[in-house]
Amino acid sequence: MAKKVALLQGNQACAAGAVYAGCKFFGGYPITPSTEVAEELSISLPKVGGKFIQMEDEIGAMASVIGASLTGMKSLTATSGPGVSLKQELIGYACIAEVPCVIINVMRGGPSTGMPTGPGQSDVMQAMWGTHGDHAAIALVPSSVQEIFSETVRAFNLAEKYRMPVQVLFDEIVGHMRERIVFPEPGELEVIDREAPTDGPDTYKPYDSTKGQIPPLASFGSGYKFHVTGLNKADDGFPTTKASLVDAEERRQVDKVMDNVADIESNEEYLTEDAEVVIWAFGSTARSARYAVNELRKEGIKAGLFRPITLWPFPTKRTAELAVQCKAIVVAEMNLGQMIHEVERAAKGNCVVAGEFRVDGEPINPAQIMKKVKEVL
Amino acid sequence: MAYDYEKSIRPGKLPHIWCPGCGHGIVMKGLIRAMDTCGLDRKNTAIVSGIGCASRLPGYLDACTLHTAHGRAAAFATGVKMAKPEMTVICCGGDGDGTAIGGNHFIHACRRNIDMTYVLMNNFIYGMTGGQFSPCTPTGAKASTTPYGNPDPIFDISKLAIGAGATFVARTTAAHPREIDKLIVQGIQHKGMSIIEVLDDCPTTYGRRNKFRSVVDMMKHLKANAVPIKAAAKMTAEQLQGKFLTGVLFHDTEKPEYCAQYAEVIKKAQGA
Amino acid sequence: MSGARLEIIERNCKGCSICVEFCPKNVLEMDVFLVTAPRPEDCIKCMQCELLCPDFAIKVHDE
Repeated sequence: MAKKVALLQGNQACAAGAVYAGCKFFGGYPITPSTEVAEELSISLPKVGGKFIQMEDEIGAMASVIGASLTGMKSLTATSGPGVSLKQELIGYACIAEVPCVIINVMRGGPSTGMPTGPGQSDVMQAMWGTHGDHAAIALVPSSVQEIFSETVRAFNLAEKYRMPVQVLFDEIVGHMRERIVFPEPGELEVIDREAPTDGPDTYKPYDSTKGQIPPLASFGSGYKFHVTGLNKADDGFPTTKASLVDAEERRQVDKVMDNVADIESNEEYLTEDAEVVIWAFGSTARSARYAVNELRKEGIKAGLFRPITLWPFPTKRTAELAVQCKAIVVAEMNLGQMIHEVERAAKGNCVVAGEFRVDGEPINPAQIMKKVKEVL
Repeated sequence: MAYDYEKSIRPGKLPHIWCPGCGHGIVMKGLIRAMDTCGLDRKNTAIVSGIGCASRLPGYLDACTLHTAHGRAAAFATGVKMAKPEMTVICCGGDGDGTAIGGNHFIHACRRNIDMTYVLMNNFIYGMTGGQFSPCTPTGAKASTTPYGNPDPIFDISKLAIGAGATFVARTTAAHPREIDKLIVQGIQHKGMSIIEVLDDCPTTYGRRNKFRSVVDMMKHLKANAVPIKAAAKMTAEQLQGKFLTGVLFHDTEKPEYCAQYAEVIKKAQGA
Repeated sequence: MSGARLEIIERNCKGCSICVEFCPKNVLEMDVFLVTAPRPEDCIKCMQCELLCPDFAIKVHDE
């Protein structure tokens, strides 16, 4: 049987991916350029018995998502940079309370209201360091409509597996671009569900590290009574200020991601094997970069593309290897230089690291990337 | 006779963190009695709070308890209730948490008329942070941030809830313990958003700054100035000066409940 | 009216004295920061002390 094919906008593909992943709850607040995600889910979620709610504000939306997730429902919100700024409070809550949820950030410029209808990639650092306190972050950065679908599914998988908030960042260009998408059949993409507790209600502890780095999360209303708080807590979920317990919990919550980078990391490399210069780009910028690589190759310049699909945790190891192999890395991003700091840190001075930035609401085009490559070589 | 509160309290959690004389413990007892009266299965009861002294309440109770971020109780609770309407959802918290930082969530939960019961302990102050004025601190009163007297006008929480669309609104005080559980029971049984405002005492950060010699003075003040709504009907505006109305202030059984409304949305979407 | 036994849970009592003040029969007394019940025979089991105790520190039992 032929697979179902459609011409779809990125934001619509995101909504479709969420439903494929088994998302049953969406709590959101209208914001450009992400609203189509909400609009689509307001149609599709009730069809599958799911719930859609438009909350009174961005923080309320994030709160409703965490509340719904605690009942065992895969839950999603979608917003843009200014909304993520507001949601940071509760992204931190989801981190410390270890509640799985997915946050879609269709990126525009900034700071503040910025250019709501223009694309941007300026939430790179906000995705990692936006909320206060030490924590790990997972952020995925698809660059096509098809990939938005599959990465949204993967975001749910990672959220449920690692029991934490996962962000999917795509710039407005990818979010509003229409492309052909082939819908995966049910079962074709892996869908991970939340691990059920092995302990019965009488002995269950929501943060019991003897159950592993990621202790299973029971659901409210499933026979388990337990406490959830945003305070530092002991294994039983109740607040503690005992130094050793606080330290162990904080470290476990970071280690559960950093010890599993190999499972979480995902990159695409294009013609990097013999590359003398690697263009480092994600999202829509990576599409321009790929075009630039092809053009540069025609001109005899050994260019390649490194495209992270998992932006956080940062692909430090592979970036470091490329820095040793090549003469230069050109980081192209629609901001005034965010990801480049991580690339420089990974490169450790082993190659030239140069940036090609743009914040005027226009996409980075292949010509400007090619120009920068020629400058640095 | 002696009431068995202990079966509802998590082992080892008493004594609680509240100061000597703080009325939150009286409210917690009322809540426990109300949950017992309603026969609530604690496995299917979510108790959700924000931040502050009053918001520490859920941690003591043996149920599905969710201590969230400052002001966000109603929004988290909305997610829980929407996702699992078969659960009984109770919110609790203080005046600053519920009506300042959480004011938006509070009024919109009222507007939706989602089926939950919000027990709001109004002690006229931010207690946990040391006595800063809240939206409910009386004008002229002293707080740690109103050294010259509070210039701000107050929120009447019950009126706010009625105006915002809650369908069961009641008020009592910590000095009226039997009325606390009576009203919470009615709130839980009511299908829609129920607000139970309990005027409460904070001897530590409010009383001592405002000429209350002791917690007993504060309790007597609450007792003396509470006027049951029926009695108030026979009083003049002058007589009601400085008093607060208690009892069921508003009850509407007509307005549709939010989860029931959304169940209709699901039916429509599924073409039924 | 007799036959009441007043149980005081000392570890919970914070000495606020609400129970002492609101007891209509003067059954209770403060011993510095702890409530005591020197006159249980006067108790009419109105439950005010138990209902108003914020600290789960006093219980009125039938004897």
